[in-house]
Amino acid sequence: MPNLKELAARPELLSGGHRLCAGCGASIIVRQILHTATTPVVVSCATGCLEVATTIYPYTAWRCSFIHNAFENSAATISGVETAYRALKKKGKIKDDIKFIGFGGDGGTYDIGLQSLSGAMERGHNMLFVCYDNEAYMNTGIQRSSATPKGASTTTAPAGKVIPGKKEFRKDLTAIMAAHKIPYVAQASPSHWKDLTNKVEKALNVEGPAFMNILSPCPRGWRHEPNETIEIARLAVETCFWPLYEVENDKWKITYKPKEIKPLSGWLEKQGRFRHLKKEENKHIIEELQENVNQDWQALLDREEKPAPAQP
Amino acid sequence: MKNTLALTGNEAVAYAMKQINPDVVAAYPITPQTSLVQKFADFVADGEVDAEMILVESEHSAMSACVGSAAAGARTMTATSANGLALMWEIVYIAASSRLPIVMPVVNRALSGPINIHCDHSDTMGARDSGWLQLFSEDAQEAYENTIQAVRIAEHPDVLLPVMVTLDGFIISHGMENVELFGTEKIKEFIGEYKAEHSLLDLKNPYTFGPLDLYDYYFEHKRQQAEAMRNAPEVVKKVGEEFARTFGRDYAPGLVEPYKLDDAEVAIVALGSTCGTTKAVVDEMRQEGKKVGLLKIRAFRPFPRAEIVQNLKGKKAVAVFDRSDSFNAVSGPLYSEVTAALYQMIDSGSKVPIFNYIYGLGGRNISLDEIKGVFNNLLSGEVKNEINYLGVRE
Amino acid sequence: MKTWKEIPPGGLILEAGNASTYKTGGWRTYRPVWDEKKCINCLICWVNCPDSAILVKDGKVTGIDYDHCKGCGICAKECPSKIQAIKMVKE
Repeated sequence: MPNLKELAARPELLSGGHRLCAGCGASIIVRQILHTATTPVVVSCATGCLEVATTIYPYTAWRCSFIHNAFENSAATISGVETAYRALKKKGKIKDDIKFIGFGGDGGTYDIGLQSLSGAMERGHNMLFVCYDNEAYMNTGIQRSSATPKGASTTTAPAGKVIPGKKEFRKDLTAIMAAHKIPYVAQASPSHWKDLTNKVEKALNVEGPAFMNILSPCPRGWRHEPNETIEIARLAVETCFWPLYEVENDKWKITYKPKEIKPLSGWLEKQGRFRHLKKEENKHIIEELQENVNQDWQALLDREEKPAPAQP
Repeated sequence: MKNTLALTGNEAVAYAMKQINPDVVAAYPITPQTSLVQKFADFVADGEVDAEMILVESEHSAMSACVGSAAAGARTMTATSANGLALMWEIVYIAASSRLPIVMPVVNRALSGPINIHCDHSDTMGARDSGWLQLFSEDAQEAYENTIQAVRIAEHPDVLLPVMVTLDGFIISHGMENVELFGTEKIKEFIGEYKAEHSLLDLKNPYTFGPLDLYDYYFEHKRQQAEAMRNAPEVVKKVGEEFARTFGRDYAPGLVEPYKLDDAEVAIVALGSTCGTTKAVVDEMRQEGKKVGLLKIRAFRPFPRAEIVQNLKGKKAVAVFDRSDSFNAVSGPLYSEVTAALYQMIDSGSKVPIFNYIYGLGGRNISLDEIKGVFNNLLSGEVKNEINYLGVRE
Repeated sequence: MKTWKEIPPGGLILEAGNASTYKTGGWRTYRPVWDEKKCINCLICWVNCPDSAILVKDGKVTGIDYDHCKGCGICAKECPSKIQAIKMVKE
């Protein structure tokens, strides 16, 4: 488990000069992940903010090999690369050890990319898939995804005179991936870099598929200041909106339990996408959201692997 | 030493794939391609090939995995039909524009709707602008030989484009024929080892695949792609010639195959298995002294414009057979392209009377008698309409 | 600008990391100013920078890459409150 000095000594695989917004969560996540990897990596990425902003021809910010194919097939694509690697290594044509990481936003993972991800995970490819979850289709203009929280205003489910933003609760993709019974599944946040890097190490070291869902605050889409990105991620964790946990071989473990769980309203207040919830007629949504977070947190606590009872 | 087996078209192609022994095959089953991948899966399960097989969860993922694999420098193949090809359509374009030499047998089947599992060319025609080469096979032997040549053509440095090798669904894919298989060693030598110019797995030379092009670069990349397809006719011909020399064929497969066409007064132009049926009709009518002939199109992409014009020049009448409709309120796709070729390349004084016969959609059978009828109408000048639907109940 | 004959086929970019030649520093309204004397080299700023603009050598911060820093201010905000070695100053 490396410390920051050790991580900083490793090569920087994402160069400066990419065109992600100032304060973007996605590049922070990618940097933390790439610094954790000690074996060389090949990366795939779904169409979206991360892919578009880092590879505008003729520039690329990626210092490792990188493949973008289309929006919904990052997992299928990297599974093809991983299979070619195995085939060529078996024939002695490749001698290096290489690890494979597929990236996708919530769009390319929860929604249009779900099938491709599910298939790749089910087939048991030796790869890690990382979703940088910024909770909407940000690159195309902040449209709602199934990862958008209930009550958030997006451009396709805006807070209007009659409808106060998104009507549905978020999809629990991490649980869906855990249900695939793959060796490793985890939820992480860039605000807790040590927890994130520990998880990435585990994920890269398992034999077989691993999945990580990482919260990626978006100053533009969530409407907060660019310097608040890490703070907002931290608050999401402290309110239990985004619990940090891992599922190793079907055993659930919460890796961070806040000493004092903060009220969700404090997190909602900091983001312009929830501004309309302050209105009297919308306050009940805040209650619903809090209730939902409470329920999910309790369910997670219940699900945690309990230590064996003491022998009589 | 001849090795002849009674095989279906699908089995013949599976044998070709076995002998090619690609690094990776990613495929999803769809009728009537299924027995092709199943046969290949038997080879994998019995350890008779080295290929890693990815049993993907859809055709879109099949082509996506193929793109990833090919970009990683592996020799990669897949196979599909109809709606499977339609589902992977997005990635089919990307495979071509990324210049990946993927080889894909397409077992021709009608596109929905309505849903139909039988043969027509609507699936392959739907991908005619995708940038892939498209070779049509007349029978199982050709399907076998085209698949082998496709690997050389695709990987040729002047081309570097993916290739579709088509065979008619059920008619060829499930019909049994005597197929002469060549020696595996000789095939290995013919196709050679695949050395990709770039590989994602080459740690010394990391690169980025699939970046975003704005309006300042997209056009240039497409122009390059167009040039590669323009290089393809020469390569198809050269590979055909080398193939004939290596495997002892009298006739070098080229872009087109004229059959008793030199002195023919009238001609039918066709693709795929109907060429075999038409050849039988031509033989029979020639016995009766009627001067008829067939222009078989083997390569629909690249479109052999010059060869078509050269072979149809001066004919009294020509019928173009389309086993699909363009639904453009005019005609079928082959007819559009053949007439465009004739328009540009024959001077106005020597216009060739030409007619379209759209036939066989959704596996509707075309009989020897129907083809004979067409030839007779061409000879007697009695074709009523420019565009005809042959075999539909009016 | 290069013609179609001069660029690699297939849309590939063969110079890995060449985005570093694209200077996003011009995006800034505020710039981070780092005080070496106050810095304890905890590297929290480094691990949270979206643009790899905190320069580190041998476990110590050496400065800021102003060619690429977009002035988001995360470094200043995350620097421990007792230390505050980075301040955002108007360009």
